[in-house]
Amino acid sequence: MTGTTDNRNEAQIIASILAGNTHEFHDLIRPHERSVYVMALSLLHNEADAEDAAQEAFLKAFRNLANFRGESKFSTWLISITLNEARSRLRSKKTMKMESLDEPPEGQGHVSPALLRDWREIPSEVLERQEFRLLLQQAITDLPLIYREIFLLRDVEELSVDESAEVLGITVASVKVRLHRARIMLQKKLVPQLKRDNPKRRWFPWL
Amino acid sequence: MVIECKHVWDHISGYLDGTLPAEVLEQVQTHLEHCEICSAILDSTRNVLILTLDERVFELPLGFSERLHARLEAEIRAIAPAPSGSERKRFYGKEGKSQGTR
Repeated sequence: MTGTTDNRNEAQIIASILAGNTHEFHDLIRPHERSVYVMALSLLHNEADAEDAAQEAFLKAFRNLANFRGESKFSTWLISITLNEARSRLRSKKTMKMESLDEPPEGQGHVSPALLRDWREIPSEVLERQEFRLLLQQAITDLPLIYREIFLLRDVEELSVDESAEVLGITVASVKVRLHRARIMLQKKLVPQLKRDNPKRRWFPWL
Repeated sequence: MVIECKHVWDHISGYLDGTLPAEVLEQVQTHLEHCEICSAILDSTRNVLILTLDERVFELPLGFSERLHARLEAEIRAIAPAPSGSERKRFYGKEGKSQGTR
């Protein structure tokens, strides 16, 4: 990725918007539409809510653009706004099962991976199967909130460990622990599904 | 020092991120060279991460972009009327109150 060039252009566009060329905000956010929506969708479980939350996050970014300091990347700032928007919606949803923002008690924390001998399918081919895409989405959405948040920031939005720690307001050590558990939980959930979905021929009794 | 599979599993995530301390990394690597099970766990975890990053996993709903930019446009006009306009339209007090749809 051409990070430096993008960042410079972004900084220029932001300065221009703040100077009054507000219509340029459309261009500024275009590259980030998908990541903001994915973040909202994975946190809120619901397409309509996610779309509304994503729109709201972009509006908040517009209204608060003057507060954005170039210390963090614009994308990180946007994702952080989205996370807060989704969190406040989760909190206000009385009907939904309460999800704790706190770390579950230690001891319940250890996660073991699924044991397997190999992974036969080529990753890019697996995704051609619609049911696997849904399975993967579901597996991410089913993660407990604290694990889902860190997994989304780090492995979907590709924030660094330090950036993720800052956005979540937790230590780097906590980021690493939570991320590890999140990844192993997903491995454990997805890998057996893959095997069942794609049984090897030699398992057939008549062979 | 030889470490057991169970201990290697605790380092899978750090291994993928390249954040393991040198001595742990060496132990894990030595173990992986000989252990088919742990290698498969590492590969499959890595595959899950590769798959997650694929754009096909999460697709934007149809018309998402159009609806977003339409809403933004309305907001942008409300907050900051075009400076070039001869008539000075101002929407005092509109900001923050116009989004009462929640």
